[in-house]
Amino acid sequence: MHETTIAEYLLAQISEEASKQNAKPVAAKISCGKLNAINEDILCFAFDAIAKKTICENMKLIVEQKPLRAECKDCKKSFAIDFESIKCPNCHSENFELLPDAPLMLEEIKFKME
Amino acid sequence: MKKIKIEKKILSENEKISIANSFYLAQKKVLCLNMISSPGSGKTTILSKTIQGLKNKIRIGVIEGDIQTDIDAQRIKNAGASAIQINTEGACHLSAEQVSKGLKYLPVDELDLIIIENVGNLVCPSAFELGESGKIAVLSVAEGDDKPIKYPAVFAKSKAMLINKIDLLDHVDFDIERAGTDARKLNKNLRIFPVSAKTGEGMEVWYNWLIEEISGYRKTP
Repeated sequence: MHETTIAEYLLAQISEEASKQNAKPVAAKISCGKLNAINEDILCFAFDAIAKKTICENMKLIVEQKPLRAECKDCKKSFAIDFESIKCPNCHSENFELLPDAPLMLEEIKFKME
Repeated sequence: MKKIKIEKKILSENEKISIANSFYLAQKKVLCLNMISSPGSGKTTILSKTIQGLKNKIRIGVIEGDIQTDIDAQRIKNAGASAIQINTEGACHLSAEQVSKGLKYLPVDELDLIIIENVGNLVCPSAFELGESGKIAVLSVAEGDDKPIKYPAVFAKSKAMLINKIDLLDHVDFDIERAGTDARKLNKNLRIFPVSAKTGEGMEVWYNWLIEEISGYRKTP
């Protein structure tokens, strides 16, 4: 349920940009790494609810989930972690180093032009 | 239609305050740990026992996060440590700002260690940095040994994991080996402490690790 907090941060950032641009936002793209544990449906539901009667009302949120990546210490290949089977898909080694998880990012906003 | 690139961290406000908290704690040379678990895993009992067990060695302060009531802060004070209760009024995690306010109510200059007992929740608190030096995950054996693989984020980000309530092992199907192996798949350096805060079993090893962590933290420039 931390999605509600994240929706509040998002609403503030998008509204700020909207007043700078003096335009109505129609869509925003965000990206996040796996370990942020963001549920897209809950985030969109929370955002829709708090955006009512603001400049962001009826705005569409697009969430891009980025995989958690690791580097295999045996075959040296980098790969996306499959949580159902945590090992290198190339050589099946469990000897790997996790790469930093992608942070939650507001990537871009689309505005309606008058 | 006009597209504007933003590329800004959504949690940048929280991150800013979290960095300020960690800078403040570094100046004061106080180690800060963020304890995360499901409700009922025994965090407050672990803390009460730790405060009593280390009372002649280290001075501990606790920031208690709960949705409602100050029951936990009272338990910590009864154990002999300073504590401040933060009620999140519904929110499922503590924020860096709440911790920053909480720190003002603790006698930081007189402490060696601050433990933040986060709101009981195995998912949300791990997404919010608070300014801690490390996270401590707590898992109790009654919850099941599959939790590290089902809720990977908190175990992947933690410095140590306490497996609590091992006095109940005869009554539940919990494989300590499996929980440990699964948790370490994403976190090779995770320290694991099987303990029973109730009977005291295993607690000395955890105490010694805390003392080592505090002295290690003080030595870092």
